[in-house]
Parts: sequence; C-alpha cells; structure tokens
Amino acid sequence: MRILVCISNVPDTTTKVKFSTDQKSFDDGGVQWIINPWDELALTRAMELKEDASNPVSNVTVVTVGSASAEPTLRKALAIGADDAIRVDAVSSDAYFVAAQLAAVAGSGDFGIILCGIESSDYNGSSVGGMISEIMGIPSVSAVSGLKLEGEEVVITRDIDGGREELSVPAPFVGVVQKGIAKEPRIAAMRGIMMARKKPLQVVPAADAESYTSYKEFAMPEPKAPCKMVEADNVKELVNLLQNEAKVL
Amino acid sequence: MEEKKLITGGEFLVKETSPADVFIPEQLDEEQRMIGETCKDFLNSEVFPVADRIDAQEEGLMRSLIQKTGELGLLGIAIPEEYEGFGQNFITTMYASEVMGSGYSYAVAYSCHTGIGTLPILYYGNEEQRARYIPQLATGEKVGAYCLTEPGAGSDANSGTTKAILSEDGKHYILNGAKMWITNAGFADVFTVFAKIDNDRVLSAFILERDFEGITFNPEEKKMGIKGSSTRQIFFNDVKVPIENMLGKRGEGFRIALNILHMGRIKLGANVIGSAKMAIDQSVGYANERKQFKSLLSQFGAIKHKLAEQVIRTFATECSVYRASQALDDAINYYVANGDDKGRNTMEAFNHFAIEAAAMKVFGSEALDFVVDEGVQIHGGMGFSAEMMIDRGYRDSRINRIFEGTNEINRLLLVDSVLKKGAKGVLPVFELAEEAFREVQGLNGVPAPVAGYFEEKDQYIANFKKVVLMLLKSASDTFQRKLSQEQEVLSNISDCIIQTYAAESVVLRLKKMETMKSEAEIAIYRDMANVFVYDAATRIRKFASDSANSFAEGDLAEKLEKGISYFTSVAGVNVKEARRRIADRLIEENRYCF
Repeated sequence: MRILVCISNVPDTTTKVKFSTDQKSFDDGGVQWIINPWDELALTRAMELKEDASNPVSNVTVVTVGSASAEPTLRKALAIGADDAIRVDAVSSDAYFVAAQLAAVAGSGDFGIILCGIESSDYNGSSVGGMISEIMGIPSVSAVSGLKLEGEEVVITRDIDGGREELSVPAPFVGVVQKGIAKEPRIAAMRGIMMARKKPLQVVPAADAESYTSYKEFAMPEPKAPCKMVEADNVKELVNLLQNEAKVL
Repeated sequence: MEEKKLITGGEFLVKETSPADVFIPEQLDEEQRMIGETCKDFLNSEVFPVADRIDAQEEGLMRSLIQKTGELGLLGIAIPEEYEGFGQNFITTMYASEVMGSGYSYAVAYSCHTGIGTLPILYYGNEEQRARYIPQLATGEKVGAYCLTEPGAGSDANSGTTKAILSEDGKHYILNGAKMWITNAGFADVFTVFAKIDNDRVLSAFILERDFEGITFNPEEKKMGIKGSSTRQIFFNDVKVPIENMLGKRGEGFRIALNILHMGRIKLGANVIGSAKMAIDQSVGYANERKQFKSLLSQFGAIKHKLAEQVIRTFATECSVYRASQALDDAINYYVANGDDKGRNTMEAFNHFAIEAAAMKVFGSEALDFVVDEGVQIHGGMGFSAEMMIDRGYRDSRINRIFEGTNEINRLLLVDSVLKKGAKGVLPVFELAEEAFREVQGLNGVPAPVAGYFEEKDQYIANFKKVVLMLLKSASDTFQRKLSQEQEVLSNISDCIIQTYAAESVVLRLKKMETMKSEAEIAIYRDMANVFVYDAATRIRKFASDSANSFAEGDLAEKLEKGISYFTSVAGVNVKEARRRIADRLIEENRYCF
C-alpha cells in the first residue's frame, strides 16, 4: 500500500502577518516557510505506519501545489523520511483548485491512503480534504485522531463529544487528520537531510481546474482593548467594571 | 566578482579583503538551513521545555539529551563519514553551533562534547584511536571531555603538574594529579587529559576512559551560571593508562591543547551569536508588551537605543565570525589537500588563524555580555526576577569571557601572534608601519571627504589599520623584549585590532549583500554599518591614544598623536536616527530579523 501525504507550504507560525498595499494579498517578503503543522503530523503518522514492519505500507509520497519556492518545504518532508515528492507547478489560488490538483496526483498513482491536515495554518480553509474525496469519488473521514492498519483493513479513531469512535474504511480513502494522529512532529535527522537531495522530487504541470473564489480584501483584527487590572480583594470594583463598563452583567 | 583567494591568518591587517573571499549568512544553502532548523526544532522540543530541570542538574537528563542529539546525527556534523559522521564543512559546523548556542547549559555540554571533547582524538589520534572512540562520540553513545586546567594552572596551562610515569613493564603510563573546571565531567566517558611525562617541561596528551581505576570526582561545582552543565574537579590516583592511549607524540600536548583552543575560541564566537539573538528576541518581546506612561517600552527612544545597539553588536559579531569561518574553511581545504595527515593539517589551519580566533572570542563574548546586560535593563525589575529567561541568559553569558582562555589572555595572545608573524616576515607589519609614519609627516588638518559610500568606508578601514600598524611598531621598538610585560599597552592595541576586524567585516558583508538585495532592503544594513564604523573610529581613537600616551614621548608621541587623530577622523553620523530605524524594524518584526 502507498500513502500520499498532502503538504501545504505555510508561513512559520510566528510570522508577523502583513498584506500588500491594496490589501488583496499576503505580503510574503522575508517569510520563513514551513510544513503546515497538521500535515507534518500526518507525515509523521505515515512514517510510523511504514516503519512498522507488520504493516503492508511500501511507500510514502508527499505532494504540494506551489511554485519552485515551495521545494525547500518538500525537501524537508523528504528529510523527515518521505520516499519521494511531487510538486504541482501552480500557484494555489483557492481550495477547489488545490483539491483538483491533489486529486489529479492522487488518482494518477496507486495510493491507498491519502492524508491531509484538517486545516492549513495560513488560510484555515478546512475544505481541501473533503473536496479531494468528492472529486475522486472515494470516501473521506474527517477529524481523524488515530489511524492504524489491521492487515488490509484501515481502522480510524475520531474524537467525538464526550468520547471517541472507531470505524473502518476501505482503501483508497482520504483521511483528514487532526492533532493526536501522532504525538510530536518528527525532527529531520542529519542522515535524512543528507539523503533528501538524492530522493526524487518530480515537478508536474497543473491539471485543468477552475478557481471559484478570489480575495477581495484582507483586514487585520482590531487591536485588543487595554487590559484593566483589579486587585484580587477588590470584588466591588470588578463588579462595577463588569456592570458599567463592559456591560456584561 | 573577483576570483576567490586563499587568505592567511592576520592578513587582514596588511591587505584589503575582497567580498568574494568572505562568507555571509545570506549565502547559507538549503541544506545548511535545514540543519539549523533541526537544531532549532531540537532545542524547542527537547531542551527549552526542561530548562529548569537541566539547571537543577536532574540525574541523567543532560546525558540523555546528548544521546538524543546523537540520534539525530547532530554530534557528527563535523566528523568524517568513515567515523559515523557527516563530513560537513566548517561553516556548517559554525552555523549549527550558532543555533545550538542559544540552548543555555545544554549548549555548553553540546559544545564541549562536539569540540574539545571529540576533536583532539579526531585530529591527533592515530587510526586505531580514531576507530575506537570517534564513532561512539559521533553517535552520542559516549560523551567526551577535555582536561587541561589544574588548580594551580589556569591561563598558564603549561605549568600543570599532573604527572605521567612509564610503568616498569613499559605497558602503561601511571597518571597522578588533579584537573578542575572540567565540563561534562559528571557523565563523560572519554577524557583527553594533559600531563607531563617524567620531568618533561612540556605537556603530553592521553585518552582516559571513565572506568580506568583511580579516577575520582569531586561533587558538582556551584556556579553563577550555566548551572545545568556538569563541572567537576577530577583526581587521578595512580591511574594506569595503556601506552597506546597517548594522543599524538610525547611533548606534543601543549600544541594540541593550543590548537584545540583556537578552534574552541572561534566556535565560541558562533555560540554567542545564537545566545545574543535569543536575548534580543526576549528583549524586544518584552518591550513590545510592557507599558509605562501609557506607552509601550519599545516606543521610548532610550529603549530603542538599547535594542538597536544589541542588534548592531550581534550583527557585527555575525559578520566577523562567518568571515573568519570562510577563511578557515579555505585554509583547511588547502592544508588538507597539501598534506598527508588530514587531522593534523586541519589543526594547522586553526593554528594559522589564532589571531582571528582570539578576536572572535573576545569580541563575541563581550558583545553577548552587552546584549544580555541591556536585556535585563529593558526588562526593568522583571529582568532581576529569576522567573524570566533573560535572567538565565545574563548569568550564563558571563562564563564566555573566562573559559577558552580569558579575554585578557586572548588579547595578549592576539598581539603576540601578529608581532611574531611580523618578525618572521609572514606579515609586512613593520614595513607598512614605516609607510604609515612617512604618510603622517605630510598630513595636515583632517582627511578630505571621499566620494562614494564604500570608497569612504574603505578609506576609514584602511586608516584604522594604519593606526594599528603604527602602534605595533612603536610599542615594539620602545619596549623590545619587555613588551610582553606591558599588558595594558598590548590590550589597547588588541582592542584596536578587534574593532578594525569587526568594522571591516560589517562593510564586507554589506558589499556582498548589495549584489543580492534591493536598495530598499539594504538601507537598514547601511544604517548598521554607519553606526558601527563611526563607533569603531571613536573606540579605536580612545584605545590607541591610551596606548600611545602610556609610552610615547617627544617626536614619537607627536607623530602618533597626529596619526591617531587623522586616521580615526570619520564623518559625523546621525546615530540617533539610524539606531531608531534599526530598532523600529526589530520592533515591527518582534524578533531578530537581520
């Protein structure tokens, strides 16, 4: 069985967000790019499944949609342990366009498990995974927090209100993973880094697909109101502020 | 761009350096950056969350961290592949050292193990010794330590009294003595120990294993900073060391110790960059949160001055350290290609760059001390609280001015190395000094303005070098063999050399960046160069005048005064606005971003 992990190339989570002067695009000047944290957890779980000799996993491929500037992120995924990488040479314009590209790649290979993070830490769209499965006509499971193989059967755990559920799904399927799928993201080891440059990184042209949405404007959130400190024993003042200033009581 | 040339140590004082011959951090390639990210990820996930437990010296914790570092391959970056390492160049090692440098006490253990704990065996060990110890040190299965200092032999390392006497059967050396301030002593397995055989006047080196009978340890030293690193005194009581464990040749110990220290000194320069960047992040983070008089601290001019100066000194250290690293990398390649012993030839390269190594050690450690001190100041009362990380950075920084040879010893050593190279004719120090004196005779007033940004800066740097050369020659002529006793004069000259090297390194980086970045992007770096070179001129003038005034009389005093005044004259800079622009960029990004 082969696993495909979809990787989103996102700004480092400590990046100070800035927009272009017309407020229509993200200003990526000086930004450090990383693997989307949820995708990184998906990759970690994929590696664990492959490394467990009792599992029939033969290969882990990573894929991203982006320009050549996204390749360092893919090579980081290779350094972490993926066997090969694919870059769809296109600018990721909206969720449907990206899902269409990923579905085209997923459909062109014999992938039993297609994993992607529950959201990307930049645009937080949370929609690509479901779209891939719809386009491909295969099942998808959202909010996956556990994934194991029992022979050829894929057993999935999902956290639900007040508990968890376990279900099985036939391959191929799309697993949209969340925190819990793996304990910690893996750190690329020196050996992996040295091997990454020798692993295949294939660049494929974009498939024909529409973008159905476009950005009209970005806006920064309003600055937070200043915080008022009230002495711990001054309950009267606290009640006064909640009643008369915040007007929540 | 000009073709790259091989540079010799100390050459910067007598020649111009081309930007083509220096490395700047902007040139780090994808693989090097990935190695840096791995170091950073390791610190974030394994080290920082347990920083308090490390400082409390929790049993087994540091050892397990070193082992985990080994599992990631980060102990073997500089080790050749045949010994389970990754054979990376010196710049890559320096970059990893920079990132790891922010790891507080862990950084000390890491640095000790990968540097002085491993490299003496790698570079001076025979094939058998290398095969036996290096793979285990590279993977973290074994931890290394280095034992040079003794209770009665610190800066004067060759005065150590630890003795090695050949056993009657000729199979062992029997070691007796004591070593102190031994980093990693609490958990290290392999020790490089320096001792004198019989009545030798010079040291020899030996490889000892922890379980050799007769080795005992004092409890952990109670320290001001780097509390989490293990530091103990070690005693050797009739320790039987197999004769095959002698490292290098008999009497070669002092040379091994010195060359390893040259390497350690320049690596310390890289370590402090990481610590300084971390302290700056903490400082600006706090200044961007704390309000007084209804305004964020970061909006006050006095705080901006501090933040900008933290950045400028860190930037100057970075420019200087990576410049020296490239020269070393080139020299290592050259000496290794032209010799039959890779290890010894690598160390030979370090020996040639003793001047730059000492300069980086002094400049870097003092830059870091400045950065953490101002970091505490920016934090105000909270900076004095042990709850803030800046407190740890402040305490941990202090040792950098002491270990790897005190800054005082390094200042003296630096000038001594330049003078020796001058006396041997390796560097035309005295010839060029005479030229500078001749030039002084014809000087009047102040230098005419020079057209062109870099032309002006080049002129300033060239003039700073003339000040250094004039002082070297006049001090040498005045004191002759007694010059070594004039430590104040030598330290002043040393400071002039260090400032000159740093100022030139900043300008060289800027020149190289001009070919890589847009004019808008480069503007902030011009501000840094403007402030640093202007300040360097003022500092050099003070150090040089102090030096000259303390020995020169009559005609010599007049010439020196005229030369120092003329050659340190630079155009005025609006340092307030330049620093504000630098601080504003830092404040906007809320992290070191240069």
